[in-house]
Amino acid sequence: MAEVTAPSVTVAMPFKHRSEWRRTARTLTRNRLVLAGLVMVVGLILVAALANVIAPYDPIANNVRAALQPPSSYYYFGTDRFGRDVFSRVVHGSRLTLRVAILSVASSVVVGIVLGLLSGYYRGWVDNLIGRIMDVFFSFPGLLLAIAVSAMLGPGENNAIVAIAVVYAPVFGRVVRGPVLVERGKEYVEAARVIGSSSIRVLLKHIFPNVLSPLTVQATIALSQAILLEASLSYLGLGTQPPWPSWGTMLYEGREFLETAPWWSIFPGLAIMLTVLAFNLLGDGIRDVLDPRSRGE
Amino acid sequence: MRRMRTYLLKRVLSLVPTLIGVTILIFLMMRMIPGTVVDQLIGTEGRADEATKAAMRAFFGLDQPLYVQYWRWVSGVVVGDFGQSWRSGLPVGKMIFDRLAVTAELGLLALLISLLVGIPLGTLSAVRENTMLDHVARIVSLFSLSVPIFWQAAMLILALSLWFNWVPPVDFASPVRDPLANLTQMLLPAVVLGTVVAAQVMRMTRSSLLDVLRHDYVRTARAKGLAEGLVVRRHAFKNALIPIITVIGVQIGYLLGGAVVTEQVFTLPGVGRLVLDAVVQRDYPLIQGTILFIALLFMLSNLVVDLLYAYLDPRIRYE
Repeated sequence: MAEVTAPSVTVAMPFKHRSEWRRTARTLTRNRLVLAGLVMVVGLILVAALANVIAPYDPIANNVRAALQPPSSYYYFGTDRFGRDVFSRVVHGSRLTLRVAILSVASSVVVGIVLGLLSGYYRGWVDNLIGRIMDVFFSFPGLLLAIAVSAMLGPGENNAIVAIAVVYAPVFGRVVRGPVLVERGKEYVEAARVIGSSSIRVLLKHIFPNVLSPLTVQATIALSQAILLEASLSYLGLGTQPPWPSWGTMLYEGREFLETAPWWSIFPGLAIMLTVLAFNLLGDGIRDVLDPRSRGE
Repeated sequence: MRRMRTYLLKRVLSLVPTLIGVTILIFLMMRMIPGTVVDQLIGTEGRADEATKAAMRAFFGLDQPLYVQYWRWVSGVVVGDFGQSWRSGLPVGKMIFDRLAVTAELGLLALLISLLVGIPLGTLSAVRENTMLDHVARIVSLFSLSVPIFWQAAMLILALSLWFNWVPPVDFASPVRDPLANLTQMLLPAVVLGTVVAAQVMRMTRSSLLDVLRHDYVRTARAKGLAEGLVVRRHAFKNALIPIITVIGVQIGYLLGGAVVTEQVFTLPGVGRLVLDAVVQRDYPLIQGTILFIALLFMLSNLVVDLLYAYLDPRIRYE
């Protein structure tokens, strides 16, 4: 999991017209790596949505007689110590992983938007106060902050969502603040104020659309980071708790059976890697299109 | 030189409010945990009357107002007293100090490996842009960024045990008593921890060099007939260095956080594992102390990186 950074995403153009969306989509799909990422993400969403149909067994039902079976035509990814089908658990794990990643990133986006808009628009003491608070959060390595929040709230899926959101909210705050600072000084914003638009209207109707592009880029990158963070917390025993099939929890449970039942660890790990890779590919591509200056990083 | 000194002073002073905020945040987080140490020690099945509980609360200073408890803790930290572990009774500062060498060794080795791999690979990738080597390096770096530390560690241990019959030793070999055994033991964890950083450094080196190589002064150097190696080494590389240092600075946070997982996987007795043990045992003074210590290290490393920028790019200290 890469470290949480104060982002340097600067974006040339806000989304304005439908034609611009189409152009962006066309440029994105022309890039083969992005296309691969997109296909993988869509595949993952389908697997998560159809988990009940795809998974042949109940992911949490024990069947001790079938414990530690190697991969076969009955158990595609083998079974774990409790006889649970690893394939079914990996398939259901995609649901859990996506839910934690999406909810945590969405929460941090909402908090970040509020903080960034207030900070960039009102400047002065509001900006200073929010800036200092965000500096405090940036003083912790991301995983450590998540561990501290989990220690405070206790282990569990919902608490992991809060912990990850706490890590990323300041990141989105900074992403939003930059463009707001730039736009608030422009003539069209001044004009909107002169004709009597309220601050909320100016913020939401005129300034906010300029924030959408860097927000999209950062959110895609944050999704991949959130997946790694959730897996790490679960692996450390602070995230999703057994018997629920989080990929990180599965790796934690399988670590003592690495030599006797390697399949228990191999498949959940592969699932994490491919999922993170998919979001990384997508994030890279979206950034290339929306932020041409960072191309190739 | 005077400007550099002024910049240093300003930068150090700017850390003070952040530092105060960090201590308040850590203190409040630990106080928000449901239940107190008294409940923890008595446990769910233990029975104690109210008088005993009150005496225990007074013993741990929990009967004092929050600001008094905070002040006691912070004034201790300022003079290097991080409090005492509730479980072992040992001073938290000593516990951290005893384990610091392992984490420092792991972090520095991982950083060294990542620089030794990332910078040359990024440079090659930039110089041979759009060749097979460039494509392979970029794809490998993308994969490296996507692998969780604990899984990479598990797979490497599995491969080494299958092919070379090697398993990671349980006891930690001291670098003073047995340097060779220590290096053998630390190499694999350092490789695992350094993989992501190497990938980030590689990507930044590539993009930063590509950017610099397109500048007019590089074209002029080429037009003068300088060999490509000389152009890259003498003209392009120094200017490409600042973004690379930025990435390294950011990745120090990753190394510190990643050390928690790496030390856990390889059972290394470092500060990272101490954090986890403290969390599992709900030893709050130890959690408080270790998290504050790692945050201090992170802030300090960011300061060093900022000073390095100012040294490399005089425009920064003139701002």
